[in-house]
Amino acid sequence: MLMIQCPCCGATAEEADFHCGGEAHIVRLAGDNDADADLGAYLFERANPKGLCFERWRHQYGCGKWFHLARDSRTMEIFGVYDIKAPAPPAEIVAEARRRIAARGLPEHSNN
Amino acid sequence: MSRYSIFSLARNAFAQHRNWQRAWRDPEPKAAYDVVIVGGGGHGLATAYYLAKNHGVSNVAVLEKGWIGGGNTGRNTTIIRSNYLRDESAALYELSRRLFETLSQELNFNIMFSPRGVLMLAQTEHEARGYQRTLHATRLNDAPTSWVDRKRVKELCPIVNDDRNARYPILGGLWQPRGGTARHDAVAWGYARAASELGVDIIQNCPVEGIDIEHGRVVGVRTGKGAIRCKKLGVVVAGHSTRLADMAGFRLPIESVALQAYVSEPIKPVMDIVIMANTVHGYMSQSDKGELVIGGGADSYLNYSQRGSWSAIEETTRALVETFPIISRLKMLRQWGGIVDMTGDRSPIIGKTPVGGVFVNCGWGTGGFKATPGSGHCFAATLSKGEPDDVAAPFSLERFSEGRMIDESAAAAVAH
Repeated sequence: MLMIQCPCCGATAEEADFHCGGEAHIVRLAGDNDADADLGAYLFERANPKGLCFERWRHQYGCGKWFHLARDSRTMEIFGVYDIKAPAPPAEIVAEARRRIAARGLPEHSNN
Repeated sequence: MSRYSIFSLARNAFAQHRNWQRAWRDPEPKAAYDVVIVGGGGHGLATAYYLAKNHGVSNVAVLEKGWIGGGNTGRNTTIIRSNYLRDESAALYELSRRLFETLSQELNFNIMFSPRGVLMLAQTEHEARGYQRTLHATRLNDAPTSWVDRKRVKELCPIVNDDRNARYPILGGLWQPRGGTARHDAVAWGYARAASELGVDIIQNCPVEGIDIEHGRVVGVRTGKGAIRCKKLGVVVAGHSTRLADMAGFRLPIESVALQAYVSEPIKPVMDIVIMANTVHGYMSQSDKGELVIGGGADSYLNYSQRGSWSAIEETTRALVETFPIISRLKMLRQWGGIVDMTGDRSPIIGKTPVGGVFVNCGWGTGGFKATPGSGHCFAATLSKGEPDDVAAPFSLERFSEGRMIDESAAAAVAH
């Protein structure tokens, strides 16, 4: 069970109050004359990392706003939340995530 | 290897069971194989078995990072059915269900196939119409199901709540009498034993750490037990499919999430069929030990931890208590989670990849167990020929860029 603090309204609640919108920072295609392979990749292919991941979440049964969340998909540890408009994860959140993952003796991403 | 029979059982009983042979060999890996299969679950082992049996390819290794059948093969609710809407799915799952019918005899291993019948409850008008549509599709696809009304549902399973004033009243159901369950571990063990006897090397505790590619073609894998060369590589690793794809340098349209199941304390027989209540997200059957085996919907976010959310358990329990009021005071004995590989259209991916000689069999999501024999059957054909067979062909990776979805996500709602 994830306990998530919404950066928009400040409320802390169980994951059931939130909705996960999947992988963050996927760059939108130009929208015209995209190759089929590019469109398929954009719509369906995902990094699906085992370790540090960045996701979009929505405070569905709260303020209703979207935000970004940094998490470890192995340990479920949450490293921080940040603005939905951020085009990439903020450096301080990445640094904090790396520090806490290293403290557990884990690599940033693993395959097995 | 000695055959299992009533006579071997008697002979070993008189010898105080001291002379049983091990069921499969435990070899060290050779330097090279024709085919290496990564993943020693039911699908991987079935693939190895059919490669040796149907295609004469027995220079095969199955590499398993843990123990065989220790992943999703041992973590599901063992339901077998083929009442799918799409023609491509019906062909695959019905092939599988038919293979299950005689699998114990074929493998000389009792997989305890129990065609007790699977009933999918219709609890909204929309769902009832959806199942009528599936009913006609299954008849055309020679995987017959029938529509049963509310009275017949109560006869088939007296413990369901047939109150017309329930939040989701039972309007009827889609009944597949030759669906049912099987012993999931036995499916893995049976395939392992039969494959081993045909010359397949099953190598446990052997994680794959890298894939060697030369000139766009696989030449081998690096493992915890050293490098192994291979001509073809079959990746059958469910939740970790994207991790293996990463090693080989391509991407897959897959997200890995946790799916949980749990069993109650054992009670006297209360239901002798499998019931799926898809509107309220829950399914249940009773095991031979008397435990109620319960499954629900998958968690909604990326997870590799093999542990799911409490909220998913709460949601499933709430739904099933409403549907089966007598379970409200049962204690739950065990709970577990598996990491399932979800595709966008909730159909599997079977076939070639951008890397020469690398083939994938993945994306089974929440419904892979029922497909074990059919999956192995068509993936073995694909591996041996280097091209997908008729059953596997529609499930190619290219369908995601061609827009040729096999959309079972809308058709089957939540539970697979």
